[in-house]
Amino acid sequence: MSRFAPADLDELRDAIGEALAVEEPLEVVAGGSKRGLGRPLQLPRMLDLSRLAGIRDYQPSELVLSAGAATPIEEIDAALAEARQMLAFEPPDLGALFGLPAAVAGRRTLGGALACNLSGPRRIQAGAARDHFLGFRGVSGRGEVFKAGGKVVKNVTGYDLCKLMAGSFGTLAALEEVTVKVMPQPEALSTVMLCGLDALAAVRILSGALASPHEVSGAVYIPALATAGLTSLSGSTAVAALRLEGPDPSVKFRRERLLAELGLDCEASSLDEEASIAFWRAIRDVLPLAGPGDRAIWRISVAPSRGGELGEAIGHRLDTRWYLDWAGGLVWAAIEGADDGGAAVIRDAIRGADGRGTGHATLIKGSPELRRSVPVFEPQPPPLAALVGRIKESFDPRRILNPGRMVEGS
Amino acid sequence: MPDAALIERRADIVEALRRIVPGEGVIVSEAERRVYESDGLTAYRQLPLVVVLPSTVEQVAAVLRHCKEAGAKVVPRGAGTSLSGGALPLADGVLLGMAKFNRILGIDYENRCAVVQPGVTNLAITKAVEHAGFYYAPDPSSQIACTIGGNVAENSGGVHCLKYGLTTNNILGIEMVLMNGEVIRLGGKHLDAENYDVLGVMTGSEGLLGVVTEVVVRILPKPTTARALLVGFPTTEDAANCVAEVIGAGIIPAGMEMMDRPAIRAAEAFVKVGYPLDVEALLIVELDGAPPEVDHLIGKVEAIALNHNATTIRPSRDEPERLAFWSGRKAAFPAVGRISPDYYCMDGTIPRARLAEVLTQMRTLSEQYRLAVANVFHAGDGNLHPLILYDANKPGEVERAEAFGADILKLCVEVGGVLTGEHGVGVEKRDLMGTMFDECDLAHQERLKCAFDPDGLLNPGKVFPQLHRCAELGRLHVHAGRLPFPDLPRF
Repeated sequence: MSRFAPADLDELRDAIGEALAVEEPLEVVAGGSKRGLGRPLQLPRMLDLSRLAGIRDYQPSELVLSAGAATPIEEIDAALAEARQMLAFEPPDLGALFGLPAAVAGRRTLGGALACNLSGPRRIQAGAARDHFLGFRGVSGRGEVFKAGGKVVKNVTGYDLCKLMAGSFGTLAALEEVTVKVMPQPEALSTVMLCGLDALAAVRILSGALASPHEVSGAVYIPALATAGLTSLSGSTAVAALRLEGPDPSVKFRRERLLAELGLDCEASSLDEEASIAFWRAIRDVLPLAGPGDRAIWRISVAPSRGGELGEAIGHRLDTRWYLDWAGGLVWAAIEGADDGGAAVIRDAIRGADGRGTGHATLIKGSPELRRSVPVFEPQPPPLAALVGRIKESFDPRRILNPGRMVEGS
Repeated sequence: MPDAALIERRADIVEALRRIVPGEGVIVSEAERRVYESDGLTAYRQLPLVVVLPSTVEQVAAVLRHCKEAGAKVVPRGAGTSLSGGALPLADGVLLGMAKFNRILGIDYENRCAVVQPGVTNLAITKAVEHAGFYYAPDPSSQIACTIGGNVAENSGGVHCLKYGLTTNNILGIEMVLMNGEVIRLGGKHLDAENYDVLGVMTGSEGLLGVVTEVVVRILPKPTTARALLVGFPTTEDAANCVAEVIGAGIIPAGMEMMDRPAIRAAEAFVKVGYPLDVEALLIVELDGAPPEVDHLIGKVEAIALNHNATTIRPSRDEPERLAFWSGRKAAFPAVGRISPDYYCMDGTIPRARLAEVLTQMRTLSEQYRLAVANVFHAGDGNLHPLILYDANKPGEVERAEAFGADILKLCVEVGGVLTGEHGVGVEKRDLMGTMFDECDLAHQERLKCAFDPDGLLNPGKVFPQLHRCAELGRLHVHAGRLPFPDLPRF
């Protein structure tokens, strides 16, 4: 495989233009930490964006940051921390889940986080990666430079192509520069831990907490089986956790109110700030499911109220470790021993007994054979699948960028 | 130019539409069509060919399918409150009114969402859920009239979007109909798309990609308390610096609005809420959340304001006073309407650091065009609403106001901002798109439209300065078989 590593926008355009000319598709890579996501690719060329890096403009009081698409998240986090700001969508580090060497995991980039639209526990309050993506410049599969969005937080000029780039896994355009919205870091942080609940009771409590005005910014449930992946909880009973962030007096007030209003009949405790940071980072990075072995890892998005029953339904039929984030709206499941990695059982469970349930499952980690044989992304009804195909074609008519990464033959 | 041949076939189209939507759902008489001739941008008027008001998804699909077969253009319309001419009819186009889709289909408190038809008004959603302590966050000033379908089309904002986001951040799913009559569901009650985020790109597409027939909106628990601070400054620079320092200090207020001297005077004369008249700029800063948090942050904002030479600082003591503070701001447009026969409302966004410079430049332009301007400003997110005062009855003033407005928007783009923060491009700013995007940028957007509507029949003439045929846009120029870039680094 030949590798092309453009140093600037012109070279990026030329690299894609040349691939078009010789009709050799490109695998688009920046840090390479997420190469295991999506359908496996075996392409003649690699487009390495890692030289398109560096923060280009950052004005803390504008809440806006522009950077080369391949700027490492670590570098962004460090610059933001100096101004006590953050990427509020908490881009996960999936290095441990994928068993990557620290050097590779440390190269995860801002563009990669946006292209995969991966968000952490704060998604329920602050929104997803896509909600913070304000603008970009890049080169489409047509070999043409184009831009969309802007460098201000409020903009409706033209189609919101940032949304389309978020979660497109590099199949529409190679991003050269991205602009994101940044937010202040909370002054203080506290975690309420509730022990010994079953999944359905836990989801009811998490849902009640999110329906309260106490601004919960993390709501997770970890069954006993999955606590092994967390050093702080290892071997304990099932745990539900709620995160509260904000000015110190506010966090204290809200924690008291929340505990009083939830009317709990289970054991409640608190994590201090340091333990809270470690706990939520572990949730963000899917550590409860990390570890040796080749379990298939699924990320399942459903209506939050269905999360508990869905986890249990899958657990009854397959050898599964699972936990819930987003107050039940996100089920992470690790499955062993099923030929299809559990795809049929999971996707049946999403549709439910009446066949009308909505949601979707993405195979986040699996062997190349598995990712080739089962749809990694949820299959779509024909009219929508056709529309998605036409969108791909409008940006990349010759299928030169990551062809087949999301859907076979696309 | 309108398609004369199509207009000649009007009777056939009317007959076909009547077969799809029986009874009063097809409006033909000129007097009744007149109701639809303009939207919130009243400077533009055009009678539609015919108006159709379907009441089911099947009817919408059949209308679109028929129009596609007949080669007839379609303009979708909600309440018609667009400030950019997004729902301006076409002489050779069918106006598709969604007003009959006015039911709330379900409220799901457990999943914190509501399923509504697109003709439900923005405020009606909040009214339906407030008894349970919830509300729908985006709050455009027209919220009493504007519909959620229109909000999706325009990606509407409001004074609270700095903290709570625009429409795009507050909807979970839609059902929509493509121009070919296909019905597509995107999202649902879950978060995040399963493939390309088609919902994200539909939001703010100004009715050019599809017709929304159902919306799942997120509802939020109402904050425990909210208080507002009224702060007056001797200069707009002081006010702008105060805003920057509030945000730099890590405070994201629920709303942070600025008015300049002409806007303050007009608002105070209209609503008499005690705005200080001896200041150049007035800020309203609203903080919401837990009571100790609100008190804590009010203290911090007061200290920052004093640092920036604030001459008046008044925290609201109770709910009526908080609402009084807002009443002047919310009435700013009609208040300006009282002091001028006509006004033209602009909507650019700028990096806030450039505010003082932009306001100075605007004063120069105001002298140059001999038209006064009053400024209200979503200061937190840099979204400017200059109101240009003019008199349509005076020869030449309409043209001067439009030219002045265009210069303001060009200035916004020059300082690193954008043409529109929340009102949309529509017909109003269509011809300015070239100041922000080059031909290649626009071609990528137009090709996306081709993926949804290859014949270009849905709301044509909005957003894009020129109409291109999809076949022409789709061509790709590749010099096959040779390496045109010999200097490329290879490894």
